[in-house]
Amino acid sequence: MECYLDNSATTAVTPEVAALAARIMTEQYGNPSSLHRRGFWAERALTEARGQVAAVLRCRPEEIIFTSGGTESNNLALLGAARAARRRGSRIVTTAVEHHSVLAVCRQLESEGFEVAYVSPDAGGVITPESFAAACDEKTVLASCMMVNSETGALHDIPAIAAACRRKNPGILFHADCVQAFGRLEIAPARWGVQLVSVSGHKIHAPKGVGALYVAKGVRLLPPLYGSGQERGLRPGTENLPGICAMGLAAERMNARRAENAAHFTALRQKLITNLSQSPAVCINSPEAAAPYIINLSVEGIRSEIMIHYLEQFEIYVSSGSACAKGERSHVLTAMGLPEDRIDSAIRVSMTDTTAEEEIDEFCRRLLQGAATLAKRR
Amino acid sequence: MKEIILLKSGEIALKGLNRSTFEDVMAKNARRRLQPLGEFKLWHAQSTTYVEPLTEGVDMEEAVRRLQTVFGVVAVTKSCVVEKDFAVICPAAAEYFADRLRQARTFKVEAKRSDKAFPMKSPEISRELGGYLLSRFHHLRVKVEQPDITITVEIREQGAYLHADQLPGAGGIPVGTGGRALLLLSGGIDSPVAGYMMAKRGLEIAAVHFASPPYTSDRARQKVLDLAEKLTPYTGRIRLFVVPFTALQETLRDRCPEDYFTLLMRRYMMRVAERIARREDCGALITGESLGQVASQTMQAIGCTDLATALPVLRPCIGMDKEEIIRVSRRIDTFETSILPYEDCCTVFTPRHPKTKPTVAAVEAIEAEMAIDPAMVQQAADDAELVIIRY
Repeated sequence: MECYLDNSATTAVTPEVAALAARIMTEQYGNPSSLHRRGFWAERALTEARGQVAAVLRCRPEEIIFTSGGTESNNLALLGAARAARRRGSRIVTTAVEHHSVLAVCRQLESEGFEVAYVSPDAGGVITPESFAAACDEKTVLASCMMVNSETGALHDIPAIAAACRRKNPGILFHADCVQAFGRLEIAPARWGVQLVSVSGHKIHAPKGVGALYVAKGVRLLPPLYGSGQERGLRPGTENLPGICAMGLAAERMNARRAENAAHFTALRQKLITNLSQSPAVCINSPEAAAPYIINLSVEGIRSEIMIHYLEQFEIYVSSGSACAKGERSHVLTAMGLPEDRIDSAIRVSMTDTTAEEEIDEFCRRLLQGAATLAKRR
Repeated sequence: MKEIILLKSGEIALKGLNRSTFEDVMAKNARRRLQPLGEFKLWHAQSTTYVEPLTEGVDMEEAVRRLQTVFGVVAVTKSCVVEKDFAVICPAAAEYFADRLRQARTFKVEAKRSDKAFPMKSPEISRELGGYLLSRFHHLRVKVEQPDITITVEIREQGAYLHADQLPGAGGIPVGTGGRALLLLSGGIDSPVAGYMMAKRGLEIAAVHFASPPYTSDRARQKVLDLAEKLTPYTGRIRLFVVPFTALQETLRDRCPEDYFTLLMRRYMMRVAERIARREDCGALITGESLGQVASQTMQAIGCTDLATALPVLRPCIGMDKEEIIRVSRRIDTFETSILPYEDCCTVFTPRHPKTKPTVAAVEAIEAEMAIDPAMVQQAADDAELVIIRY
């Protein structure tokens, strides 16, 4: 039995979703910009997908901009908003635990003259509304905070954080990287007072290479790309229609089962923690306030890579942190102030709706077995 | 215009009666390098190997580049072949070298006449062809010492050959003429260089890699496969043995004093390698060790390592600095692959303070006490997975 427990890195594409993408590639291959009937059919498919994603984010379809994924959505949101707001102020507030596609963009903006504040999490890895708002001031034009941390699952109260920022300075644009929350938790930017939201397709069983950015009506962005004006000119280039339609369908399916999935995740998390609590070698790094489908833990004295390669022998797939940062020491766990050997032995388990109870049992069994037999650091 | 490539063999011309064997092996290796480009005819005459394309439209530049990796070749020259008729040679030279002559300011013509039946003598050929080229390229001047371009005309039995540049070959001795040896390929910078250097001295290379999953990963293994593939232009096909080494490594870790771990591990690697070498008819082991580079590469440590095998251990990098080794690895294009960071997991085994001056007596006493079943060594050698790295 394969235990794929790295669903925060990426997910398997659902067969129905893959079939839809394949049908669009081979049958509905028109360009939505073409004037003829094939173009119109393609445009109609695009409109439908946009509606599906908008429904999940409870916004208007015209507020959805399709991109190539989470990284591009974060780039478009931050570069676009900061550059457009340049004359109003030069300060940006974000957190020390963001994904690299936010942190690297912030470093770029620093080189363009912006001042960026990186808010640290509390000892549990959670960003509090108070600490975040404390970093915001009159000069601040943009704030960015992820909803669910990709490494620890730490859940940030975006509505409260956005409200606290607004109280400090009502002019601040608020961006939330919701890649790890999309389809699994409720996201309602309009109600929350959030103007920009990044999401991705491949974390919810759509293919890689598609994502979206919610841009609230009236928000002006200076896009990094220029072209023929697709996606309201914010993301020009012929639309990735197979990917976009796949993402629409996957989002709709995932969102429809959100409540039952939530119960499922909570039960699995409880099971995992109970199974592992018998071993003193294992400690949980994820905070209490976490999305239930991501669990970060450390096995004393055993480096993450070794445990990952040990588990892969049994077709158990987990990760050491964020899959995008191969081989680097986790900046998230470092920001939490964890000791080095706990960071170096961190394992991330991430689940999806199809994760079975047996997979969690098998993972726990093999993890404990590895903890007992593998060579420890000297 | 018909083009041909001339290979000049260096050292192998000195090999007396073995010469034709050496030339044949070199030609076989050259043919193997050229095979993906098309069909070629190869023959030898007067310590030159002639490479003539039979397929239409062969990429001759690429053929030259490939032939520059064949050991035993000291120089590679692309040449144009024409009829042995001076009235044909002159316009052919003007056309074949037109681009080069337009860019040059000074030139000279050298003639070699091995076909004495040709009516003109060498100095006369040089003079007349030089005059002809001057009349066609008015900006040129003749310069005998260090001209921008030297055009050589060779009048041989088969025809007249015109060429301008002699490019350096790989040098050395044809691969396979010196027997076969087993290279311990780790994935680092040094061992591919060692393999390259011994192939250059005529050895056919087989390789062995020690893998310790889960302490090493599939990516680390793939890196070694990639490195072996990077060597194949020089070495030809490589039989690579991937030895499952985890059990031995874990046993060693459990039973040996920490500071002796690396040294004892090296001795066990030698033992496993020797078994594979014997099976594969290899007469020596090759390692990338460089004296003093790390604790296991001190003179004393190497002394202890050597005693674990009866086979000679060739260490071509032994006197090289890291910088020198890196320079070679860049030239043979293994450097970028070697520095990919996939092996750090093995550091769980690395002693914090390894022994730098071990004694044979101490090592042997420890091994006696550890009492590792020799069957484990045999098992590792038997279970080695063979991966054939094709050229």
